[in-house]
Amino acid sequence: MQPVIELSGLGVRLGSRDILKDLRVSLSGRTIGLLGPNGAGKSTLIQSLLGFCPLTSGTAKIFGHDIRREQQIIRTMVGYMPENDSFIANMTAVTFVRMMGELSGLPKDAALERAHEVLFYVGLGEARYRPLGTYSLGMKQLAKLAQAIVHGPKLVILDEPTNGLDPPARIRMIKLIGEMRAVSDMHIVLCSHLLRDVEETCEEVLILKQGRIVHYANLEEERKANKRFVELETRGNDAGFADALTQLGCETSTTGIGRFKMICPVGFELREIYRLAEERDLQLRRLNYRRDTLEDIFLKAMEN
Amino acid sequence: MAVYKRTYKGYSGALTPAWSRFMILPRYSYARLFQSKFLLMFLAACVIYPAGGAAFIYIAHNASFLNALNPAAGGFLEVNEKFFVYFCSFQGAMAYLLTAFVGPSLVSPDLTNNAMPLYLCRPFTRTEYVLGRMTVMVWLLARITWIPGLILFGIQADMAGWEWTKTHLWIAWGVFAGLFVWTIVLSLIALAISAWVRWKVAAGGLILGLFFAGAGFGAAINSVMRTKNGSLIDIVQMMSVAWDKMFRYDSGAGISATQAWTVLAIVSALCLWLLAKKVRAFEVVK
Repeated sequence: MQPVIELSGLGVRLGSRDILKDLRVSLSGRTIGLLGPNGAGKSTLIQSLLGFCPLTSGTAKIFGHDIRREQQIIRTMVGYMPENDSFIANMTAVTFVRMMGELSGLPKDAALERAHEVLFYVGLGEARYRPLGTYSLGMKQLAKLAQAIVHGPKLVILDEPTNGLDPPARIRMIKLIGEMRAVSDMHIVLCSHLLRDVEETCEEVLILKQGRIVHYANLEEERKANKRFVELETRGNDAGFADALTQLGCETSTTGIGRFKMICPVGFELREIYRLAEERDLQLRRLNYRRDTLEDIFLKAMEN
Repeated sequence: MAVYKRTYKGYSGALTPAWSRFMILPRYSYARLFQSKFLLMFLAACVIYPAGGAAFIYIAHNASFLNALNPAAGGFLEVNEKFFVYFCSFQGAMAYLLTAFVGPSLVSPDLTNNAMPLYLCRPFTRTEYVLGRMTVMVWLLARITWIPGLILFGIQADMAGWEWTKTHLWIAWGVFAGLFVWTIVLSLIALAISAWVRWKVAAGGLILGLFFAGAGFGAAINSVMRTKNGSLIDIVQMMSVAWDKMFRYDSGAGISATQAWTVLAIVSALCLWLLAKKVRAFEVVK
């Protein structure tokens, strides 16, 4: 599978500060999350991929095209939704999206048709003849999404797409992102500091801190690997309980009196735990079946 | 796909050639600009002088009509280089006013609303952006400057005959080149100020102020220092000097054509530098 984004020693320096330092990774998921605290370099990485920032070292490839030498080809394939308010206040949404489509290379009739389509698609169909300056923040976000997808890009880069959205609008935006991924062969890069957004939409996650990659996670695989993570709290005589669990193939550790953490092997039935407890006349006060959340992964990465 | 089918679909149709995309910006700009009644009235007003000039040429070539008016007027009504210098000066001034009205609305809205990343994340370069915005100004100004100028020359050539045309072809070149350079300088100044100031009203004021202040300070320096070099900061004066040279006409400005061309080149270079600094997808705050 061809990598969507390949970073090879990518470094960016703005002014006297190194913003990105020696980034090396190959990402090939359909939806890639970029995570990191404020100032980690997420937006700078996106801007570098789009050719806005001069690179100080290394390079990057998008679908195999070098961002230094094949910028125009890359820009034909990419749609970008910036983080900040970006629009032309006195233009109607349909004119704005149409113009952006034409600038991406669409003939004017096709651009007009697609402008109407994408505005309906993102939910701005009824408001498409209103000037963008009169839009609410949520509507502006949707208009930005519309201009990013009007030309049918292979890769859409969404920088904080749920910024400033109320809960229903946020859910709608996440749903739209999921739909775009499902109904087309589009790849999505989602840059956000909201872990929930990334967790709900992404397969791969790249965590940045102070301009460096501190963690790369394939969420799909992590989910599979941690899907049988169990926390137990018991009451009574638990002597030998941990050993019995280990004999069943579980990795078990005691975290306190009557408290166990275990990773169950593939094919392990949870009812075995109940059986063992019954044999030992042990009360099960809590059984927490959980997997590592993205928050756990993120916090671990930050600690590192 | 019909609009009622609200599912996302990619685009697999043909793309326009990359070289032609800078023409998209002028199309959208004109659509917006020509909604302004003031602009339409102003453009109509700009036709008055060329229409008067055409009438002047007609009268100058109709002796019977002249004699009916005043037999002594024959020598006064002569279509020569002076006629075209006046034409350039008047229409050049109108072009300047039009620039102050139209120019600020070209770049500043894109920068104010942070729209530059949206343009530049596409297969569309900064050069194409500036070229596209400049085309708006250059083509609009051409409609009131060198195009009517060449039409007037054509009318005169038609009436005066081939011999006159052959010997006065340099006037046509002067009209075209002189006014074309003026439109380029005006466009660059308008774009640079629009990019620099961002606030449309202030940018318009600054464009007007730049010319008036240049003329005022130039005159003040000339009178205080008893020199003529103060005029070097007066862009309008510099363009007039360049026109005089092109039309082989001496207005006695005391500035050489080389100095005038150098000043215009420096102003244009400064505007380009300013545009290169400001027309970016993002700004690095130091």
